[in-house]
Amino acid sequence: MSTALLALLGGVMIGGAAALLLWAHGRIAGISGILGSLLPPTLAPDRGWRLAFLAGLLVAGALGARLAPAAIGASVRSLPLVIVAGLLVGFGTRLGNGCTSGHGVCGLARMSTRSAVAVATFLATGAITAWIAGAGS
Amino acid sequence: MTSVAAGSVRRRVIAIVVAAAAGALFGAGLLVSGMTQPAKVIGFLDVTHGWHGWHGWRGSPGWDPSLAFVMGGAVAVYALAYRRIRRGPAPRFADRLHLPTRRDIDVPLVAGAALFGVGWGLGGLCPGPALVAAAAGSTTGLAFVAAMLVGMLVQRAPARDRSRRTGSP
Repeated sequence: MSTALLALLGGVMIGGAAALLLWAHGRIAGISGILGSLLPPTLAPDRGWRLAFLAGLLVAGALGARLAPAAIGASVRSLPLVIVAGLLVGFGTRLGNGCTSGHGVCGLARMSTRSAVAVATFLATGAITAWIAGAGS
Repeated sequence: MTSVAAGSVRRRVIAIVVAAAAGALFGAGLLVSGMTQPAKVIGFLDVTHGWHGWHGWRGSPGWDPSLAFVMGGAVAVYALAYRRIRRGPAPRFADRLHLPTRRDIDVPLVAGAALFGVGWGLGGLCPGPALVAAAAGSTTGLAFVAAMLVGMLVQRAPARDRSRRTGSP
């Protein structure tokens, strides 16, 4: 299968999973929000579905990587740059109240203006950063 | 009474299992889509990738636009489901839909999205794929997730003094 078809199939699975969470629990499938609200000082009272959703995600990752090791790509950056990237993603997604899933998938589909602004912004700064940093180390 | 209590427990167990299934499907979708491959993500974000001069209207031959189909497919499916679910009965295991209510475009929204984009373009991972990569045992994934958790904690640290903010997108 071409990578475009795999991307489309993966996207349909992601959209279906987010729809299942909305249908069952009435919640937005935003990964940074689900994860972040389990951390202090928020410590959301409804931890059950959050922990279960994240556990499912982690199990899929662990099993999927065994079945198809190539699906987990090698790093293209040195460890210090990976850590800088992780810090920015953690800080930025909590400050902006969402990431690729909450704003990108759920927000755009709900025609949220906040999410459209967030997506346009992170695609723009992501493109500029990828262009400057390049594909190598 | 016992049967009612047992029914309530059973319902709560099913609710948790369904949430876990949604997470697993989400994670599998990320693996299938290519979002867990940093080089592919960076090749998508960098629209000039492989650019060595004019190659006609189709653009640079090195640019890989395929990841646009991930968001396209996910948004299409979710948009259809959202319209149906919003008109339908209450969620299966909750009293109501918990949807974001804010509409204002403020500085934290734009600044946060901008910082997130820089991190995504630099590392090639966003939060979901990072968790999947970490669960797969990837050193990069584990380091990225550890740093991401620190970033999240640091961002919310001042909130101890202020009023609580909601974490909705």
